[in-house]
Amino acid sequence: MIPVTLTLNGKVVSADIEPRTLLVQLIRDHFHLTGTHVGCDTSQCGACVVHVDGVSVKSCTMLAVQVDGAKVQTIESLADKERLHPMQQAFKDHHGLQCGFCTPGIIMSALNLIAKNPNPSESDIRDWLEGNLCRCTGYHNIVKAISAGAEAMKS
Amino acid sequence: MYDFSYKRPTSLSDAAEMSEQAEDGSFLAGGMTLIPALKLRLASPSILIDLGGVQDLTGISQENNTLTVRAMTKHADVAVSSEVKNAIPALSEVAESIGDPQVRNRGTIGGSISNADPAADYPAALLGLGATVETNSRTIGSDDFFTGLFGTALNANELVVAVHFPIPKRAVYMKFPNPASRYAIVGVMVAECSDEIRVAVTGAGPSVFRVFEMEEALQKNFSPNAIQDMIVSADGLNEDMHASADYRAHLITVMAKRAVAKLI
Repeated sequence: MIPVTLTLNGKVVSADIEPRTLLVQLIRDHFHLTGTHVGCDTSQCGACVVHVDGVSVKSCTMLAVQVDGAKVQTIESLADKERLHPMQQAFKDHHGLQCGFCTPGIIMSALNLIAKNPNPSESDIRDWLEGNLCRCTGYHNIVKAISAGAEAMKS
Repeated sequence: MYDFSYKRPTSLSDAAEMSEQAEDGSFLAGGMTLIPALKLRLASPSILIDLGGVQDLTGISQENNTLTVRAMTKHADVAVSSEVKNAIPALSEVAESIGDPQVRNRGTIGGSISNADPAADYPAALLGLGATVETNSRTIGSDDFFTGLFGTALNANELVVAVHFPIPKRAVYMKFPNPASRYAIVGVMVAECSDEIRVAVTGAGPSVFRVFEMEEALQKNFSPNAIQDMIVSADGLNEDMHASADYRAHLITVMAKRAVAKLI
C-alpha cells in the first residue's frame, strides 16, 4: 500500500491505496464522491472527467498515486449548497441532459474550455467535446448550454 | 489490472537505475497508452517507474535554428506554445490534432514516440522534419529511430530526454483522422527543410516511413501536379475495419497533394 495526500475539492485528504488504484476509484470508492462516473473505462467517453491542478483529465486513465500532492476538483465542488454553478444551471435551463450520466464529465470538461477560452464559438465547443460522449441528447442542447453557461459565468 | 509496485524518481539517473534493477520494469510518461494497456492486461510490468517527478524533463526552447521539446512536455502545451507556433506552426497543428483535450492534457511527446504506435501523429513530425532524438545516453536521428510496428531504436533502460527539431522553411501536416479515435488513418507531413524536401507518412504502414519518390519529384517541382499521378504501393500497408490497404495507399497521394497545395 502507498499513502497519498491530495487536496480534494478544497479539503486535504489522505488514503492508503494499492498502486494500481485508478483516480476514479479513489474518488468514488475511498471518498464516496459518486458524481464522477465510470462510463466506458477505456478513456473514450469522458464521463469520468475531473480537474487535476486545474486541467481536465480522464480519471479512469490516471493512477491515484499520480495525484499525490495535487489539487483535484470534481463535480461536487461546483454548487454552492443549493445554488447551482452557472454552468450546471445552464444545462438545466437548456435541457443539456436527459439521463444525466455523461453530464458531470461534460461540465468539468466545459469548465476547462472556458478557463482557456471564455468566449468559445460553437465550433470551439464542438471540437472541445471530442473527448465526451452523450448517447441521449444529440449534443445540440449541450452545445447551447455550454455557450449560455460561458456567458452566465461572466456576471 | 495486475498489481505492480510504483516508483517516482526525481532524477534521470535514478530512473535509469531503477529500470536496470527491475526485472520487468516499465517507464510511465503520460500514461495515455500504457494505463489502458495495463487495464487490458496487455502489459503487466512488475514495477512502474513514473517519470512525472523527474526534474528538467519538460519545456520548449529555441536555440539558433533548432526547436527543442523536452520529453515530458504535454501535447496541450506544444499546441498552444507561441514559441512552437512561431518556429514550426505545423508542429503545433500536429499536437492539436492528437486525440481529445483530456488526452492532450496528459499525453507527452516522449511517451508518444517511445510507444511508436503506427497511427500516432508525432512520428510523422519527427521523420518529416528530420528531428533528432536525445536520450539519456546518445542522440538518434529520426531516420533511425522508428524501426517497425511499436518498435524504436531505444535500448532497454534508455529514456527519451528531448526531441530537437531543425526549423524548416515551411511544413504542413495533413491528416485523415479516424472520426472516432482521431488516430491517423493516414497522416502526411511535407516539409521543405534547409537542403531537402521530406515527405513522411504515418497511419498507413506498420511504422512511419518516407516516400522518396515524392520527395524527388517535389524537389524538381514543388507543386501538387508533380505528385498527381503517383501511386504508392499498397504492399505491406495496414488493413483493418477502418480502411483497406488500397484505400490507405490512395490516401497517401491525396493527403500529400493537399499538403503541398496548402504550402504554396
